[in-house]
Amino acid sequence: MSAVVESELKEDNHHGPATGIGRWLFTTNHKDIGSMYLWFSFAMFLVGGCMALTIRAELFQPGLQIIDPGFFNQMTTMHGLIMVFGAVMPAFVGLANWLIPMMIGAPDMALPRMNNWSFWILPFAFTMLLSTLFMEGGAPNFGWTFYAPLSTTYAPPSVTYFIFGVHMMGISSIMGAINVIATILNMRAPGMSYMKMPLFVWTWLITAFLLIAVMPVLAGVVTMMLMDIHFGTSFFNAAGGGDPVLFQHVFWFFGHPEVYIMILPAFGVVSQIIPTFSRKKLFGYHSMVWATSSIALLSFLVWAHHMFTVGIPLFGELFFMYATMLIAVPTGVKVFNWVATMFKGSISFETPMLFSIAFVILFSIGGFSGLMLAIAPSDFQYHDTYFVVAHFHYVLVPGAIFGIFAAVYYWLPKWCGNMYSETLGKTHFWLSFVGMNLAFFPMHFLGLAGMPRRIPDYALQFADFNWISSVGAFMFGFTQLLFLYIVISTIRSGSKATAAVWESAEGLEWTIPSPAPYHTFTTPPEVK
Amino acid sequence: MRLLRLVRVRSTSFFWARLRWVISVFLLLFAITSQAEYGVNMTPGVTDISQSVYSLHMIIFWICVVIGIVVFSVMFWSMFKYRKSQGAKPAQFHESTTVEIIWTLIPIIILVAMAVPATSTLKEMYDVSESDIDIKITGYQWKWQYEYINDDVSFFSNLSTPQEQINNEATKGEHYLLEVDEPLVIPINKKIRFLVTANDVIHSWWVPAFAVKKDAIPGFINEAWTKVNEPGIYRGQCAELCGKDHGFMPIVVKAVEEPEYQAWLAAKQEKAKAEALLASQVWSMEDLMAKGEEVYNTSCAACHQQNGMGIPPAFPGLKGSAIAIGPIEAHIDIVVNGKPGTAMQAFAAQLSDVDLAAVITYERNAWENNTGDTVSPQDIAKAKGN
Repeated sequence: MSAVVESELKEDNHHGPATGIGRWLFTTNHKDIGSMYLWFSFAMFLVGGCMALTIRAELFQPGLQIIDPGFFNQMTTMHGLIMVFGAVMPAFVGLANWLIPMMIGAPDMALPRMNNWSFWILPFAFTMLLSTLFMEGGAPNFGWTFYAPLSTTYAPPSVTYFIFGVHMMGISSIMGAINVIATILNMRAPGMSYMKMPLFVWTWLITAFLLIAVMPVLAGVVTMMLMDIHFGTSFFNAAGGGDPVLFQHVFWFFGHPEVYIMILPAFGVVSQIIPTFSRKKLFGYHSMVWATSSIALLSFLVWAHHMFTVGIPLFGELFFMYATMLIAVPTGVKVFNWVATMFKGSISFETPMLFSIAFVILFSIGGFSGLMLAIAPSDFQYHDTYFVVAHFHYVLVPGAIFGIFAAVYYWLPKWCGNMYSETLGKTHFWLSFVGMNLAFFPMHFLGLAGMPRRIPDYALQFADFNWISSVGAFMFGFTQLLFLYIVISTIRSGSKATAAVWESAEGLEWTIPSPAPYHTFTTPPEVK
Repeated sequence: MRLLRLVRVRSTSFFWARLRWVISVFLLLFAITSQAEYGVNMTPGVTDISQSVYSLHMIIFWICVVIGIVVFSVMFWSMFKYRKSQGAKPAQFHESTTVEIIWTLIPIIILVAMAVPATSTLKEMYDVSESDIDIKITGYQWKWQYEYINDDVSFFSNLSTPQEQINNEATKGEHYLLEVDEPLVIPINKKIRFLVTANDVIHSWWVPAFAVKKDAIPGFINEAWTKVNEPGIYRGQCAELCGKDHGFMPIVVKAVEEPEYQAWLAAKQEKAKAEALLASQVWSMEDLMAKGEEVYNTSCAACHQQNGMGIPPAFPGLKGSAIAIGPIEAHIDIVVNGKPGTAMQAFAAQLSDVDLAAVITYERNAWENNTGDTVSPQDIAKAKGN
């Protein structure tokens, strides 16, 4: 037998994708699972977005117009939960699935069968969570932070479904994180030392450790709630000797690192994109790794800055204030490094670059308001107002979500082999950019002028900025349908992409053909 | 979901008026002339603390603005100067330890400069010693109770904006949603210590003009203090999600000169005595109904609706309900002692015997319930067991 025939036979032994629904139900292929994560996340993004638009429609004018206050609270709660656990986190896991094996030269994730599980848990978890909307007493209505005792003693019966939903999301996240860590630690191509890993891989490695550290804490807090509600314990019930503030400490010990879980992978994404379109190597690779790790470590020490008003002692207040302010240092280093990467580059403005530039600018604005919030005495004035709403939306929309958009535009040609329409991509960017700023910038003013968050109706002096904010929100929301159209039409047609796609992109994923074959790197590439 | 009163059709002129307004506001924002008018910033407030908080806020704000301008100008300059379309050739540098150390150290120095005034302001805010007056504030779903600990005065403060305004059936008043039936009254130039707690869930007592925001937590008492410099009426709202009517829980504080405060206090004590007397009188059906309607609208209508229809299933209707037309004892029991595990709270401590008698009489006879029953304050006292 000749060598040619032998290799052909070998090709035959390779399994391609299965056909029919079985391909998706039973797949262990990292690319299929990555795609499913991304589609699921986009579906949740639209569901959570519709809830946001319901909120903004109600707040369009003073007075109660469309929904009653009880349903308003259900909308704010579900919007937060779905966006955090259903949209942002699964989108990053989807990116990790698609990209980490291709970036480190591995054939697949380390634990493919578990990978299938960690995805398929999610649709069930969210079906359960969404079904609470149709239950007697309504969906969870106590805010995405579900502070006890509002969420225990005074909660609707559906809270039990919510607790189980959160458990399932947590299980999924932990399995995903274990998989990422196992893959990165064990399956790097020969020669790829830690300090040669792409930054996206680095940021995800750190994120995965954060996930493993804090998801059990979330599981713990909801289990304590479950015990309080059904088994007569009094963890959070002062009348039984418990402590409602304990809930907040435990919740935010999870919740603060969680916000970095939602942002670190986006840091990784823009650290890949900005060098490409500046045609220059990333400035300060080592300090980027150092800064990301410091941010992750510090994130465990600052949880109580969400609780400056609960009456923690002066010493505690000072400690958490200083620690929180300190996070500005590594974050600043990252921003300066991105700017220095662009400095003296040869910059072009393709859609992923536009989203990345907007990321740097708007995330910095979110960081500035974060620094303001860190100062405890002024935090008393900002806390639980629209200033906070503005702050975290400036961090999460241009941060996490623009980061995801940038990633999708950047790697979509690699995934499906076709180029997206640059004109439509840029239109999507500018509409999102204007809509997002219109929606969230006025919220700074509202908060400073004294509008509390989570209120279905407001005093007359807040009417004008709320009106602008609602218009911006609808603009941002409907623009995402354009994104859906762009992605679908790129998958179906479009000019063929080359293997490298971008002029000066670096990394192993650009050495394989576009679209990426179903199985890649069956023999590991050598990294010099 | 209550799909009522879909957005009232606004005339097109509304849209154009607003559009013109938006354009003018954006122009004004750049001119920075009209800041106070549209409420785009925090106000300095009326206490020494609120003024130092305001200046702290402005210092950090300007530091952030300057850093932003520097960083973003470098960025925009790079984007402008080193465009590929202008034929820019990329440089090769990608590391400089010196530069990185410098831009780590400079932020640290700036942060220390911010932390110093923040620390001293925080210390002052925490110093609750040597107060002149102590007031206990208790958060309820959805009202505030104020108790003047040393003066034997205690009352509830409810939202006084009529439901019609909230439902867009009447023109909204000037202080829409920021008005209460009984404001907290305090004297100026006196150190007032607030003891903040809650009866059910966590609330947060916030008056921006004083820079006081403290969570009200069931089972715990938090402390805060203020010393107001100028007489006036200061408004705030509950700042912690506390259930359905979280948005309808305003705080109004009236700061007055000392003599006026003393007069108010005396009148309040007088009124408490008179009310105790009323409880021993015999009340007519008409009086009970009139008083009852008033009490119902402030204390019950938020959940059970003014027309007694409720918002089922969470808030049952009272019109023709088993409680309202059934045995009178059960009705008194549920209003006085509440129903554990639901939003129906115990009103025993919140309402006087007269108010309770009146509101129960009202519920048994309004909205065609027509039971003809009257409940006397004495019945209530008996049910409470005193």
